[in-house]
Amino acid sequence: MVVQSITATGTGVDGAARLAARGVSVGYGTRSVIDGLDVAIPPGVITTIIGPNGCGKSTLLRTLSRLLRPTGGTVVLDGEDIAALRTRDVAKKLGLLPQAPVAPEGLTVSDLVARGRHPHQSWLRQWSSDDADVVRRALAMTGVADLADRPVDSLSGGQRQRVWISMTLAQGTDLLLLDEPTTYLDLAHAVDVLDLVDDLHESGRTVVMVLHDLNLATRYSDNLVVMREGAVLAQGHPRDVITADLLHEAFGLRAKVIDDPVGDRPLIVPIGRTHVELDRREPELSR
Amino acid sequence: MKADGAQAAGDVKARARASVAPGVRFGGMSFVWRPWVAGVTLLLAVAGFLLFCLSIGVGDFPIALPRVVATVFGGGEQVDQFVIMDLRMPRALAGLVVGVALGVSGALTQSIARNPLASPDVLGITSGAGAVAVFLVTVSGGAATAVTDAVGLSAAALAGGLGTGLLVYFMAWRRGIDGFRLILIGISVNAVMQALTTWLLVTADIRDVARAQAWLVGSLDGRSWDEVRVALWCTLALLAVVACVAFQFKPLHFGDEVAAGLGVRYGAVRAVLLLCAVLLAGVAVSAAGPVPFVALVAPQVAMRLARCPTPPLVASGLVGAVLLTGSDLLARTALPVSLPVGVVTAAIGGPFLVHLLVRANRR
Repeated sequence: MVVQSITATGTGVDGAARLAARGVSVGYGTRSVIDGLDVAIPPGVITTIIGPNGCGKSTLLRTLSRLLRPTGGTVVLDGEDIAALRTRDVAKKLGLLPQAPVAPEGLTVSDLVARGRHPHQSWLRQWSSDDADVVRRALAMTGVADLADRPVDSLSGGQRQRVWISMTLAQGTDLLLLDEPTTYLDLAHAVDVLDLVDDLHESGRTVVMVLHDLNLATRYSDNLVVMREGAVLAQGHPRDVITADLLHEAFGLRAKVIDDPVGDRPLIVPIGRTHVELDRREPELSR
Repeated sequence: MKADGAQAAGDVKARARASVAPGVRFGGMSFVWRPWVAGVTLLLAVAGFLLFCLSIGVGDFPIALPRVVATVFGGGEQVDQFVIMDLRMPRALAGLVVGVALGVSGALTQSIARNPLASPDVLGITSGAGAVAVFLVTVSGGAATAVTDAVGLSAAALAGGLGTGLLVYFMAWRRGIDGFRLILIGISVNAVMQALTTWLLVTADIRDVARAQAWLVGSLDGRSWDEVRVALWCTLALLAVVACVAFQFKPLHFGDEVAAGLGVRYGAVRAVLLLCAVLLAGVAVSAAGPVPFVALVAPQVAMRLARCPTPPLVASGLVGAVLLTGSDLLARTALPVSLPVGVVTAAIGGPFLVHLLVRANRR
């Protein structure tokens, strides 16, 4: 069923993918985190990598973005081995937002977003009117234009994350990699940031992100990559991928998957040990 | 919520238009135009030059400021030319060069560690150079004397600073450089170097101790043209390297990962700049001895004057020059006894460090 869904959405066609990992192995020191992993990122949609803590989600994203060098296999960006490309050329094609970035105290929003133009600048051309236009558009698109003169550290967590996404936008890439963009945000701000990410994808960008919250991942992505212990367990549209069996296999989580009352995606209702009505606990009790 | 955001974005488009920094074009070049930073930098340059001229004018044979300026620019009377160019210029120039070197060095180390406490003094570079110099002065005979004779005390001190700097860097390296780790290891190495220096001083012959002490305080006394010329060219060469790499350095203020995302080879850029910072500090120490606190204070003062969130390189160098030249002037004129410049910079820098720490604690 998973295989069918992959071909149905076209994600299995490696040639169409702008970014793909082929037989990639990654480790820190002697510890291997990912071993021989294949994944292709379909263009123009939001792909979200989910999986239990320590399964290698962030490691995969960091490898796809060239932050980590794989010990085996290759990451392919637009048909070329990403390791063979110049750092600067990668930055012109692929925008990356690491987890919980920190700006120097007192730096203003517009100065931070302006730094996103760095890959397009040189020693002699440090700032042009083009740069200014792109920065203004990035500020407006993320709804932080009215904060442009404020220091980044004076903003709320949600606003700050919008500003960082704005910086990544100013980079002018149509491929965005976001490592847990909703970390430290309350649910309302997390939804707000993900709405923004969805706007970006609507305007034609390919987004790859790592999320912890399964229901937000299901709601906001067109393609889920489910990982466990450094390998891809399933990949495809949330409607096809998210099942109670898969959740149990990937996370060891017992859950009921129901129709989302406000959307067309599945909704995951976790079943824990307590605070659950008796009939739901039956499978455990009968054991 | 989304609609609100869009509306707000529309409302303030006009305001946002003004708030993105304007650019300035100069031939094929273009830069961000920040009038405040440019103004402060210009004022600092003027202040540095005036202090430089004042410092030349002061002495047993006082020379008025206009005559000093005229002579520095190649004019002036013959008597003035001799006193200024041959006698007083080396000392004044050493003040400028050492100040700039320390200021830029401090700005680089503080930026790399992303911590205002990281300066060549704290990271052990200065005390490493000092320990080597004291060793060569106090341990006479044999290899030590041979080294001193062969390369000179200044060059040996520079090598000591460089060696200590590299030692700290490699010990702090663990899949990248973490600011706190760098500072903690720097403080430890600094303590070891100072203990070594103290041990050498305690066990040495009393006449050697006097010579070593004079060197350790940091002073601009009795600089010769030869010494100053070497320091000047080394500093200019290092500043040229820093200027070339500085543009690539800007994204590093946001951490390694963001910098990598913006296309910066952060490992290489940081290694080059840290090496430059260590060498600049080493050149300064070998020219004037370990003048304390200038490298720590100058970037912090420059940041506050120029209203920058990170240490501005040019302004930091200029503040260093102003601070060192001004302190030297103060040490020679305002006090009844002529003091080495290091005493004055410590007297100014110490309280400022306390002020920084108290402010940091209150946050």
